[in-house]
Amino acid sequence: MSDAAATAARAAAQLDRLSRWHPAEYVFWALAAASLLVFPSRYLLISDIALTGLFALSLDLVLGYAGILTLGHGAFFGLGAYVAGIAATHGLRDPLLGMALACAAAALLGAATSLLVLRGSDLTRLMVTLGVAAVLLEVANRLPALTGGADGLQGMDVGPVLGLLPFDLAGRTAAVYSLATLFAVFLIVRRIVHSPFGWSLRAVRANPLRAASIGIAVDARLSVAYTIGAAIAGIAGALLAQTTQFVSLDGLAFHRSADVLLVLVIGGVGWLYGGLIGAVLFKLMQDQLATITPQYWEFWIGLVLVALVLIGRERLAAWPRALWRRVAGRQPA
Amino acid sequence: MTAIVALETVGLCRSFGALRAASDVSLRLMPGARHALIGPNGAGKTTLINLLTGVLRPSAGRVMLQGADVTALRPDERARRGLVRTFQINQLFPEMTPLETVGLAVSHRLGGDRQAWRRLGGRPDVVEEAAAILERFRLDDVMDRRVGALPYGRQRLLEVALAIACAPRVLLLDEPAAGVPESERDDILAAVDALPSDVAVLLIEHDMDLVFRFARRISVLVGGALLTEGTPDEIAADPRVREVYLGEAAHG
Repeated sequence: MSDAAATAARAAAQLDRLSRWHPAEYVFWALAAASLLVFPSRYLLISDIALTGLFALSLDLVLGYAGILTLGHGAFFGLGAYVAGIAATHGLRDPLLGMALACAAAALLGAATSLLVLRGSDLTRLMVTLGVAAVLLEVANRLPALTGGADGLQGMDVGPVLGLLPFDLAGRTAAVYSLATLFAVFLIVRRIVHSPFGWSLRAVRANPLRAASIGIAVDARLSVAYTIGAAIAGIAGALLAQTTQFVSLDGLAFHRSADVLLVLVIGGVGWLYGGLIGAVLFKLMQDQLATITPQYWEFWIGLVLVALVLIGRERLAAWPRALWRRVAGRQPA
Repeated sequence: MTAIVALETVGLCRSFGALRAASDVSLRLMPGARHALIGPNGAGKTTLINLLTGVLRPSAGRVMLQGADVTALRPDERARRGLVRTFQINQLFPEMTPLETVGLAVSHRLGGDRQAWRRLGGRPDVVEEAAAILERFRLDDVMDRRVGALPYGRQRLLEVALAIACAPRVLLLDEPAAGVPESERDDILAAVDALPSDVAVLLIEHDMDLVFRFARRISVLVGGALLTEGTPDEIAADPRVREVYLGEAAHG
């Protein structure tokens, strides 16, 4: 009896640890908030990192947790950007309202296309997601009355956040707004990932055959995960539109989907901070390299990516640790 | 007898091209059955399991679970109604721990689908049940290790434990002791014996020793069709069974 109780207590403690906040997480978010005070000249970069991190987080839910390969995640980002942008050109000035509309539109598109994505193998999924994004890009291109076509969407008028914080040229409001949105959505995703639903996604990714035979409705789970990922990508797109006050076809271009994949791979697939850390590294590299060698920025990011994938993140991280051990080991214990 | 039949197949057929992998299989398991299905290699045992669990659709015939026709249902729907299987080759989640694996199954069964907002392990009843199952399979000392890093025998036990966590009404055990050392086989048999007495168990097994220790009834499958069914004594004494099955085994 007491044995059973002891095992149950140990089990409860083990499961508690899974979702407990790690001290490093507090540090991460404290640093994120501090960046606003320390780098007032880089508000726009901070905002860009935050919304890219949010976009990558949404991809991680789809790719890292649910295991759905996609090359078209940019479709939801671009749709979100356009919906938020079009709302702002039609008198809907409240940024949170625009964001909600963008989120809803992306979720609808995600739910509808998830039915296509569920069919077939990884290769089919790559092609279908790529195709959906390409179709959306062409639709936006052919509807200049609504989207501004190739010229981009002109005349956005975004009101102050919560009626209090007007968007300023330095990008202070943009940075605060993007970081706050990232943090709020992150909290939601963190909860989802640690819930039985989140664990069922991991189970489906690891072994769909077994997941089904313990009663998990595999297709329905994947569909919901894809829809949530789409909705969050739509929020990230809305952030881009509202903080830059401009939307162009670039928001829907293929490189959006490819870049966000790079960001996620750089930071690590399948853990909550992968997309966020990837966004920090990617955007900082882009920012630094673009100043040093504007033409060759893509060369360097390509090189980093090849090195990451071939050498492996673990080994790259192990080298400094091994070096540290050697240095530390020389000192008398 | 008034009890509802736990699992019944009616004239189940399945062909792959010209091959009749299952022809007119009619099988019946009462609640509490301890039934074994034996047959030489290629007799269609795997096909039959896939038909029962819904991985394959039959060309003809029906599958009835506790009196309801489940022929059109998906595997996960059948599992939620209590038709649960184990796999001959481990089908586990290597990156998870045994506790996360069993906890997920228990939590999913008790909580249904409305739990995206609750954390895994947030319900004491789920934790207690998962811990009890792990203890019963003597997996509690490794419940925080990666499943993929566990010794084969332990993974085999988890394979059965995961099925038990789904609270089966009908349990299909597909060669549960395959590759398990003699010393650990008893753990598996003991765990199956500890199931509630009204759960029907169908054991698919090559090991005759295990079959005759476990089963109260035995069906013999040959060439996709049922050759005969009876008590262990009747099967052991049946000259046709000796001819097709034991004769085959002697060659193997």
